Amino acid sequence: MQKVNKIIRQYKEREIDLIQVLHNIQNEYSYLPKDILEYISKALRMPLSKIYSIATFYAAFSLTPRGKHLCTVCLGTACHVRGAPAVLNRLEEKLGIKSGETTEDSQFTLETVNCLGACALAPIVVIDGEYHGQTTVDKVDKLLEKYAKEKR
Amino acid sequence: MLKKKDKAKGYRLDLLICAGTGCVSNRSFVVKEALEKEIARRGLQDEVRVIATGCQGFCERGPIVIAQPDAIFYQRVTEKDVPYLVEEHLIKGRPAKKLMYVPEKDALPIPKMSDIGFFKHQRLIVLRNRGRLDPENIEEYIAFDGYQAVQKVLTLMKPEQVIAEIKKSGLRGRGGAGFLTGVKWELCRASTDHPKYIICNGDEGDPGAFMDRSVLEADPHSVIEGMLIGAYAIGTQKGFIYVRKEYPLAVKRVHIALKQAIEYGLLGEDILGTGFNFSIDVVQGAGAFVCGEETALISAIEGKVGRPRTRPPYPVEKGLWGKPTNINNVETWANIPVIILRGADWFASLGTEKSKGTKIFSLVGKINNTGLVEVPMGIKLREIIFDIGGGIPNDKEFKAVQTGGPSGGCVPKEHLELPIDYESLSAVGSMMGSGGMIVMDEDICMVDVARYFLNFTLQESCGKCVPCRLGTKQMVEILNRIVEGNGKEDDIELLEEIGKNVKLASLCGLGQTAPNPVLTTIRYFKNEYIAHIKEKKCPALVCKALISYIIDPDLCTGCVACAKNCPTKAISGEPRKVHKIDQTKCIKCGICLTVCPPKFNAVKKVTPGVV
Repeated sequence: MQKVNKIIRQYKEREIDLIQVLHNIQNEYSYLPKDILEYISKALRMPLSKIYSIATFYAAFSLTPRGKHLCTVCLGTACHVRGAPAVLNRLEEKLGIKSGETTEDSQFTLETVNCLGACALAPIVVIDGEYHGQTTVDKVDKLLEKYAKEKR
Repeated sequence: MLKKKDKAKGYRLDLLICAGTGCVSNRSFVVKEALEKEIARRGLQDEVRVIATGCQGFCERGPIVIAQPDAIFYQRVTEKDVPYLVEEHLIKGRPAKKLMYVPEKDALPIPKMSDIGFFKHQRLIVLRNRGRLDPENIEEYIAFDGYQAVQKVLTLMKPEQVIAEIKKSGLRGRGGAGFLTGVKWELCRASTDHPKYIICNGDEGDPGAFMDRSVLEADPHSVIEGMLIGAYAIGTQKGFIYVRKEYPLAVKRVHIALKQAIEYGLLGEDILGTGFNFSIDVVQGAGAFVCGEETALISAIEGKVGRPRTRPPYPVEKGLWGKPTNINNVETWANIPVIILRGADWFASLGTEKSKGTKIFSLVGKINNTGLVEVPMGIKLREIIFDIGGGIPNDKEFKAVQTGGPSGGCVPKEHLELPIDYESLSAVGSMMGSGGMIVMDEDICMVDVARYFLNFTLQESCGKCVPCRLGTKQMVEILNRIVEGNGKEDDIELLEEIGKNVKLASLCGLGQTAPNPVLTTIRYFKNEYIAHIKEKKCPALVCKALISYIIDPDLCTGCVACAKNCPTKAISGEPRKVHKIDQTKCIKCGICLTVCPPKFNAVKKVTPGVV
């Protein structure tokens, strides 16, 4: 809880900006753990319902643990017209999960994003912060293999 | 006090390598490192410098390296090309031909940046510093007249004069609505309540638009300088920059720029010794499209759920924490310093009668030259798409361009001669929006595109008002059944009716514009809707339920590539014999089409009535 206290303290000086607090928590834990949200609620004297309303409103926050590799498919317009839906379908099929879910072995979490603003590379798949441009259905398989090998 | 620094002192040559999101994703930092190593190996480190710049705009051709002072343009440079580039350009002193840009259907490489069609027709004001300076070094911005406008404003002008100048320039908000910036400032200044705030809206949510990201990445100081001028004119000491979380590099560069501006006494207290105080905080968004709407954005900065509220009162009266707040978009702020330095008359001489200056467009989709272009208002659509954008790849036919993001509409090829400004785009049913231009060719199904955008707004609708929350839902359901081949006779009329009501009755801009993509596609491409509904076919061969994949027995050589890759084992056939797809097992994933070698080209998409 030391880390959490530090995050909260950073924002104590000005108006408590819950969104930035949650960003920091998620950066630390990769998601928003329930016990931490309860702790913040007490520490900030803020109803838990308010914290949950923020955590569920914004797409960037996750209430469930994420897998080891975070795989994000861009579904911006440029990616859409260059075949992103087929890429997403292939990923869902290969991983056996839907967008927003995590594989049973906790290796991959699949998410989508509205636009990364790197449309020249469309369609884009980001895995662990690395951008893979001009992704096609057959490239997906190789990508997954590459990252799956990194599992320990 | 602020002196131009002799920036190239001691170096005979600068290699400017693009470090915008696009090029970084194409490993431009690896290329940079390789360049530095090779230059050192050749003992040129005291003569040649490698500088990482912001986005150059020609993202299609990244990673991009520009050799100055001659402005030789090198494209798609990989680390393997580095020894060749260094040998040719730096040692032998002749341009490296193999890395130059060659236009489509042309054999002659073009060495100079300014001769390339993509750059030739542009007019850079907001992007004036793109690709020529290191965005992480404030001294370079200062060397290019940076912070001179602030100096002029703080020492020579009264706030009212600044506002008068901006009003006279005719600058309108670049975020989409096009409200006159000077008038907004004046309203905010006139408000008697204190304190006041200013906000830079960097929540660039329109998919396919990335000019704000580029400006923040390539030239963050121009935005900070614009905000300083605005703060002085309006009379505030506090500003916020709200940036999308999806733009990590922009967030990083803004933080660096703010830190340096504080170190140089350009932010903080007693700025330039004039007694003027101003500071800026960065707020990161959390992935909600609606937060681009100003009242929702204010709510998000306050740390709340980003839901819009009714206006009036407008933020200039009651904004952040109930205080007068002026919100402008990134591109608008970046225009300000140039207007102050070069004068309102000069700015007003560019553009059309009601839309002054330039606009940045992001040219994406089915276009040869994907990238960011800044052009004078009033330029024709044809010039943007064909002269700058280089036309449509693979000899396909241009069908439409979608402008204004999910709030905009599709402009068909009949309007290619349209001069682009705020009014003309509204007249054809679209809008300027933030400036995304998604180019579509004959392979794009307009019903599918309309459904894509509406699905987007449905998901991003905050749910506060009923017309937007339920209206978009109903429309998506109708579009879903149309693309699935279950459309009903009167679905088009029903879509139009619901669409008009959603526009009329929604609370904020998101709902008021959400039906536009549907309404414009019905207006210009009604026959495609009819084909889906009546003939159960998708003329562009996109909608899964209405197409099937077949193997042409005359072309198939039995290479087994398709059968090997088919995820449902729907393809049968022995090696070197014709293969066949079992339609009952096929899930139409299209992988057979992707893997079928182009020399055979045996897999085809078909829809009833079209072969």
